[in-house]
Amino acid sequence: MSDRLYSSASTSTTTTLPEETDEPFLVVDDLTVKFPTHDGLVNAVSDLSYSVRLGDTLGIVGESGSGKSVSSMAVLGLHDMRSTRMSGSIRVNGKEIVGTKNDDMRKIRGNEVSMIFQDPLSALHPFYRIGNQLIEAYRVHHRDASKKQARDRALEMLSRVGIPQPDRRIDDYPHQFSGGMRQRAMIAMSLINDPRLLIADEPTTALDVTVQAQILDLIQELQREFGSAVIMITHDLGVIAEIADETLVMYAGRCVEQGPTKEVLTHPVMPYTWGLLGSIADVTSDTSKPLIPIPGTPPSLLQPPSGCAFHPRCTYKDRVEGNRCTVELPELVPAPVGEHHIKRCHLKDPESIYQDEVKEEVLG
Amino acid sequence: MFGYIVRRIAQGILVLFLISLATFALFHFGPENPAEAMCPAQRCTAARLDAITKNLGLDQPAVTQYSEYMKGIFAGRTIGKGQGAKACPAPCFGYSFKYSVPVYGYLKGKIPATLSIAAGAAVIFLILGVAIGVVAARNRGRPFDRFTVGSTLVVSAIPPYIVFLLSLLIVQQRWKLFPNPQYVSPFHSPWGWVKGMLLAWVVFGVYNATAYARYSRGSMIDSLGEDYVRTARAKGLSERTVSLKHALRSAIAPVLTIFGLDVGGLLAGSFFIEYIFSIQGIGLASLDSIRTGDFPIIQATVLLGTLFIVVINLLTDVAYSVVDPRVRLG
Repeated sequence: MSDRLYSSASTSTTTTLPEETDEPFLVVDDLTVKFPTHDGLVNAVSDLSYSVRLGDTLGIVGESGSGKSVSSMAVLGLHDMRSTRMSGSIRVNGKEIVGTKNDDMRKIRGNEVSMIFQDPLSALHPFYRIGNQLIEAYRVHHRDASKKQARDRALEMLSRVGIPQPDRRIDDYPHQFSGGMRQRAMIAMSLINDPRLLIADEPTTALDVTVQAQILDLIQELQREFGSAVIMITHDLGVIAEIADETLVMYAGRCVEQGPTKEVLTHPVMPYTWGLLGSIADVTSDTSKPLIPIPGTPPSLLQPPSGCAFHPRCTYKDRVEGNRCTVELPELVPAPVGEHHIKRCHLKDPESIYQDEVKEEVLG
Repeated sequence: MFGYIVRRIAQGILVLFLISLATFALFHFGPENPAEAMCPAQRCTAARLDAITKNLGLDQPAVTQYSEYMKGIFAGRTIGKGQGAKACPAPCFGYSFKYSVPVYGYLKGKIPATLSIAAGAAVIFLILGVAIGVVAARNRGRPFDRFTVGSTLVVSAIPPYIVFLLSLLIVQQRWKLFPNPQYVSPFHSPWGWVKGMLLAWVVFGVYNATAYARYSRGSMIDSLGEDYVRTARAKGLSERTVSLKHALRSAIAPVLTIFGLDVGGLLAGSFFIEYIFSIQGIGLASLDSIRTGDFPIIQATVLLGTLFIVVINLLTDVAYSVVDPRVRLG
């Protein structure tokens, strides 16, 4: 750990501007996160690797408890390190995060990397005015900014995210805002310091469909404007299709399929991804067609299933010879189709299974 | 807000009225006969008992007695007839049966002592309790937290009078760590006031702080787990700002509610403290009046206690709306 800290310190001095280096802005390498609990060790994230370049959007999909949020909170160092076991490497702009002291992490949080949380009603402090929460976020990283400057900046951000009459609404409390406005305010707060990486943790889950679309458009628009990298965490492949350049599907704390979004959505190779595709509700599709749920429930991360974690719910495990799925954890290997497309599955010819048997059913 | 406060005051007056009616009825229709209590058993004759009863006005119908009483509070009245008649200017709560002095003047002299005990102890148990609770919550599961939770449970499990008695006997009488408890007016001698109150404040404050440490620890743990506290951390704020500005602000609200109830109760008299430390306050006066059946004092201490609780509850609700902007009074 200590020599990692040392080496990262030396790299960060040589790479002051992220554009000058080939390394993507965020590199997560072999990340493992475990939480000891009364019932045992929770394997929240295992061997996760991904990277995001400035201007790109990575979508992370998976059910609740698949490790999406845990892995992204690790990027901000938000886990309580007194009780979390974390290994692997997370490099933000060349700086190593894993093992960094909390005081050093604070300079990155909300500044270089910021986060939009799922439910803006609970993520904004109910006792403080919206404006003051924004001002606080700005001033913590701009110590020399005056109150007036910070307030002007907050007003600018509120109007930028489309809050009507920001000069009147800035002194409102969160409960005086509508759900969509709260999420806009949350976005304004997370962008107030021009972060280079924005992590959006299911930003549209608590909102209705129309507002969802507006918020997604807003995030994309702001991303284009500021050239930041975005990680979009969601369980909704519809959101992924709209916004992500690259998609990572997580299951039970592991990456099970990853590739360019178009590849993953049109040539999915992992039965779990097929399941997710089958469970998208689409307003334009035939409403009489029932959604196809994935049978079973997400596995316990206290005792993940043996072999492939998805095998208890997988209807294709008979296609694999022997009982490999139940005993052997599949490696992350290149998918038979597409470039930069990887999968964690024993199926020999998933592409033909998908095209011949699954696609019809899934897409209706 | 203004309308709300007016309405709450009106409700408070109604509560006071009902309480006065209830105390009056309880006493009047209860088994106690105050005239008998004032008539020493050996030398009591029927004529003398009759005279006492007449003199106290106890021969009048209950309704007349009650309306006389209420009239006295607002307009003053004359108690007794003929030679023994005593003037009792407003606010008249009657004459003490036992001491033959106006109740108002008698209790007025005892309020400052009770107020002093309550204020000093409340400051100590609120600040000390919340401070311990916050530190324990931030170190949840670690030795300091375990020790605090364990020891506060042990202390709270000991009845207060034992704690107060032992502290008086050992800390004050034997070790002489504290000056003798007594009430001295702070206007007369500020230092004497502090010296006389110190033991009561410290013992009462620390004893009650154990409960506040647990309330605020629990409340703080809840609030540290809130999403907005995570947001505060994600903004890059220091752990200190996160706990003290963001988490504590919302953790303090439920503690404030309990605090209001407690202080209201304390102002009605800190019975154990006043009794054990022999401090002449409202609590001691009401204990004494109940023992001797001194109805005018019982009635007045009950009304006073009710008044304090009504006022403090109103203040608590107003304070709550200041702490939590979502609370709208109305």
